[in-house]
Amino acid sequence: MSDIAPKVAGLPLKLEHITKSFDGVPVLRDVSYEGEVRALAIIGPSGGGKSTLLRILGGLLAPDSGQFAVDCQPVSFDEESLRAYRARLGFVFQDGGLFHHMSARQNIEVPLQVVHGYGEQAATQRASELLERLGLLDQAEKRPGQLSGGQRQRVAIARALAASPDLLLLDEPTSALDPEYTTEVLDVVSELKHAGTRFIIVTHEMGFAARACDTAAFLYGGQLLEAGPSRQLFDHPHTPELARFLGRLLEWSL
Amino acid sequence: MPCGRAALSYLVICAAVVTAVWLSLGAAGIALNFDFVPQYQARIWDGFLTTLGISAASLVLSLAIGIPVAAGQGARFLPLRYLCDLYVKIIRGTPLIVQIYFFYYIIGTAWGIDNRLLAGIMILSLFSGAYIAEIIRGSLLALDKSQLEAARSVGFTRPQTLRYVVIPQLVAQALPALTGQAASIIKDSSLLSVIAVIELTQTIREITATNYNFFGGFLLLGGLYLVLTLPIMCVSRRFEKRLSYE
Repeated sequence: MSDIAPKVAGLPLKLEHITKSFDGVPVLRDVSYEGEVRALAIIGPSGGGKSTLLRILGGLLAPDSGQFAVDCQPVSFDEESLRAYRARLGFVFQDGGLFHHMSARQNIEVPLQVVHGYGEQAATQRASELLERLGLLDQAEKRPGQLSGGQRQRVAIARALAASPDLLLLDEPTSALDPEYTTEVLDVVSELKHAGTRFIIVTHEMGFAARACDTAAFLYGGQLLEAGPSRQLFDHPHTPELARFLGRLLEWSL
Repeated sequence: MPCGRAALSYLVICAAVVTAVWLSLGAAGIALNFDFVPQYQARIWDGFLTTLGISAASLVLSLAIGIPVAAGQGARFLPLRYLCDLYVKIIRGTPLIVQIYFFYYIIGTAWGIDNRLLAGIMILSLFSGAYIAEIIRGSLLALDKSQLEAARSVGFTRPQTLRYVVIPQLVAQALPALTGQAASIIKDSSLLSVIAVIELTQTIREITATNYNFFGGFLLLGGLYLVLTLPIMCVSRRFEKRLSYE
């Protein structure tokens, strides 16, 4: 990858008063944020609105009100502009979101050809490059159903990286995985960070959020209660909600 | 997979079944006689081809009916949706023989359709179309919704999603059942004999009505249908194996 840099420039992100309800139930209430994204972890209890916020940021869902800007460009919510916006991002879902009927290689190649206008050869070359980088070259012709959970997530990450996105969005990429696969996938994400890929991750892996992410945001009951440098958030929580949330997690830790 | 051994086991089973049938025939005191075949060879062959033709035409037509109906069942425009739903329910809820009589003698007479072959194909298509609509609707329901979100996330447009994700998955899902339906059409076409379409069953009925060799005639008839349906069932099984993602 050419984007290896000692210090990665942050991607300016600005959220203004984002709200979203599903069937009248508010999921996000007036979320605002301003900062530069390098490695941002969104943490918080289940049902707090984390995945919804990530889907809005990923252009998969339009907010009911509010707006946001990525790289100082406001995102508009008509389908046409959203599609162009989505093509600049890489999204990794909880279950990977790989196309069941395509091989690992096709999962990477087809979007490159169809969406990003790569020629057949260029797409093949790019796919090989990524599969090799993620240690999957020997699994390239397998379908998702034939791969392990960890391998699936690595293919999903490879696909998300294929078109050199401005930002990678990962929605609980390890919560459906066994512990050993969790480490495997988090190692990959951590390597990406060192290689200069900027990402936002929704995660329940607090060790990862604290040590591998430079910024963390705590979503609770649809509100952004705290955001800031990870270490600071984890060591000195300001709000009682975050203190309680972290305390709960520590209850069973070694 | 040891193909030779599987084939051998299959052969043994077939031999056992044939023996059982043979013994039963003996016990019932029936002597099978296929002497009539050379005499009626040309007619039987014609009937066989007619059955093949009716089935092929009906398969194409019933796909042309079933696919839009499956789409119509999910339509936002309610009258269309209810119409499709009613069609599927009535066709699936009544015996084919009732439909044949109804459409041929009532609708056909009222609208002046008296070509039996054409009427037969249309009735069979209408019948099978409802089943195909159900197969396709079921396959649509089986589509994993997260695949659509994944398609959006990589930047596919709606037509691209349809072409690269929905249709390939739908085909893989529906193809085994659709080939099975093709076998059903072939068997169901035999009922068109009740409106005297001279297909395979009607041919044998006519022959047995003159030579009274019902056992020979109908056993041959069953065998001839198997010649058509068995290969189709094999293909269906192959699709099932090849197109499963697991």
